[in-house]
Amino acid sequence: MPVLKVNNLTKTFGGISAVTDVSLDIEAGEIIGIIGPNGAGKTTFFNLLTGLYSPNSGDIIYNLDSKITTHDLKPHKITHYGISRTFQNIRLFQNMSVMDNVLIGFHSELKYGVFCALFRLPSYFKSENEIYKKTDRLLDRLNLLDKKYELAKNLPYGDQRKLEIARALAANPKILLLDEPAAGMNPRETRELMNLIKWIKDEFRLTVILIEHDMSLVMNICERIFVFDYGNLIASGTPEEVQQNKKVVKAYLGEEVE
Amino acid sequence: MKRLSRKQIMIIIGLLAFYAVTNFMINKNIIDSYLQLNMIVIGINIILAVSLNLITGFTGQFSLGHAAFMSIGAYTSAILTANFGQPFILSIVLSGAAAAIAGILIGVPTLRLKGDYLAIATLGFGEIVRILALNIDYIGGAIGFNDIPQYTNWTWTFILTAATIVLIYNFINSYHGRACAAIREDEIAAEIMGVNATYYKVLAFAMGAFFAGIAGALYANYFYFIKPDSFGFMKSIDILVIVVFGGMKSIAGSIVGAIVLTIISSFLQGIPELRMIIYSLILFGIMIYRPTGLIGDDKFIIGKKKRRSI
Ligand SMILES: Nc1ncnc2c1ncn2[C@@H]1O[C@H](COP(=O)(O)OP(=O)(O)OP(=O)(O)O)[C@@H](O)[C@H]1O
Ligand SMILES: [Mg+2]
Repeated sequence: MPVLKVNNLTKTFGGISAVTDVSLDIEAGEIIGIIGPNGAGKTTFFNLLTGLYSPNSGDIIYNLDSKITTHDLKPHKITHYGISRTFQNIRLFQNMSVMDNVLIGFHSELKYGVFCALFRLPSYFKSENEIYKKTDRLLDRLNLLDKKYELAKNLPYGDQRKLEIARALAANPKILLLDEPAAGMNPRETRELMNLIKWIKDEFRLTVILIEHDMSLVMNICERIFVFDYGNLIASGTPEEVQQNKKVVKAYLGEEVE
Repeated sequence: MKRLSRKQIMIIIGLLAFYAVTNFMINKNIIDSYLQLNMIVIGINIILAVSLNLITGFTGQFSLGHAAFMSIGAYTSAILTANFGQPFILSIVLSGAAAAIAGILIGVPTLRLKGDYLAIATLGFGEIVRILALNIDYIGGAIGFNDIPQYTNWTWTFILTAATIVLIYNFINSYHGRACAAIREDEIAAEIMGVNATYYKVLAFAMGAFFAGIAGALYANYFYFIKPDSFGFMKSIDILVIVVFGGMKSIAGSIVGAIVLTIISSFLQGIPELRMIIYSLILFGIMIYRPTGLIGDDKFIIGKKKRRSI
């Protein structure tokens, strides 16, 4: 059973159709790449998958602990279901520390009530101590522990992207959506990121779906690739298949090929 | 994180000592009634500023209607104590509750608004409450509500001020408080990380209103007399000024701000025009030289450089 099934998904903004009749299946444990020229609808697709937009038509079905369908997808519920994401234009909590950013990633795991918090009942200490330990462990594994107390906005760009991944991982997802994780990174950082993604996929037993313009990264780590162009899913397959696909070459080069 | 850090124990001992000394001095008349009045006003202003800071500083929801919650608390307590002879403790709790319910009622529809729009909506709410109070004869209308029993004393003020600070501090340093801060920083990212933004905005609003209502009860039962115009737009601005002056996102800032500005305005009591000018100058100065407020941000709270065990 595919972990994510999308049927005839369509989203329009006014006159333009950002995502048109897209259908696809994604199996658990895959690393999936989504590529396509600027404005192809990739981010819109992610926003649909995470409930930030609701589709004009079509269905999204996740087979996670339970079956999640389109109308269940409220943004604040997706981490409860096991879906977590990052953003193309980094959306960290800028004026909060690295640690606090990750702490918020654990939000859906924490359960003690407001009353417990106000009066610091035992469950407050128990839960908070646990979460602080987990935060340290996660930061350590992503090599961010020494920057724990720095404000997110003061981190170098590459670390900000990494912190966003750390925050997403804190929510303990089964599916991780990464929107252009390598954007703005230099080749060395991109290589490190590639290893990081492969590593977290195994370590956290994830299904990873990533949007990326950096072809070296996509071709290297993705098992399957979906290609978007003007809102349409124009091709899919292994990196080799996609590279040979005439429609894909045309979409990227913008001209007829013999 | 331990139950109580050494620093917290020191603070508790310090507060108890402070209370013992001030109370002794009041009993021995070393602190005269004028000074005591100022101490009580400072306490009330601390409660107002810290509770507004929860809404505006920590959760990032710009509110210009805080005095209206105070007003609801003040009238509730006046009615309960003067007309129904209820004990003060009960009337304090119910004043807070009445204000909190008003906070939820106004918060649910308006908190989806952002920035300026929310400010205007809360401003409108404040005016509605004031005009309602002006037109309800049962509570004295424009003439005001007279003969409220004077239950508020230094002990009540001290306990409730300390309780407000501790409870809001605890809230902010819990995952609920972190969720509020995340909403302030980036609402979409907060939601994606599992924070129900609507719930937390309304919660922060209701909690802030609750404490403002308590401040209102202290006020009503100290001054015998309240009138709708005491809780108008200017009062809301006064509270906001304390928060901005002391520093958004800083509880310590709100405390220091309330103390400093209450003292300044008590010196300028006789010349209200001058008071507004001096207030404006102070704000100019703060904005130019210390845009983050007197205590900067985060001195007390999440995001601080070194987190002690709480
Ligand atoms: N909220 C919105 N309102 C109106 N139009 C939108 C909105 N979001 C996206 N669009 C439009 O939908 C189309 C697809 O945009 P989208 O951001 O999904 O592209 P993308 O594939 O992520 O591109 P890029 O590679 O540049 O990130 C674009 O034409 C964009 O202008
Ligand atoms: Mg995009």
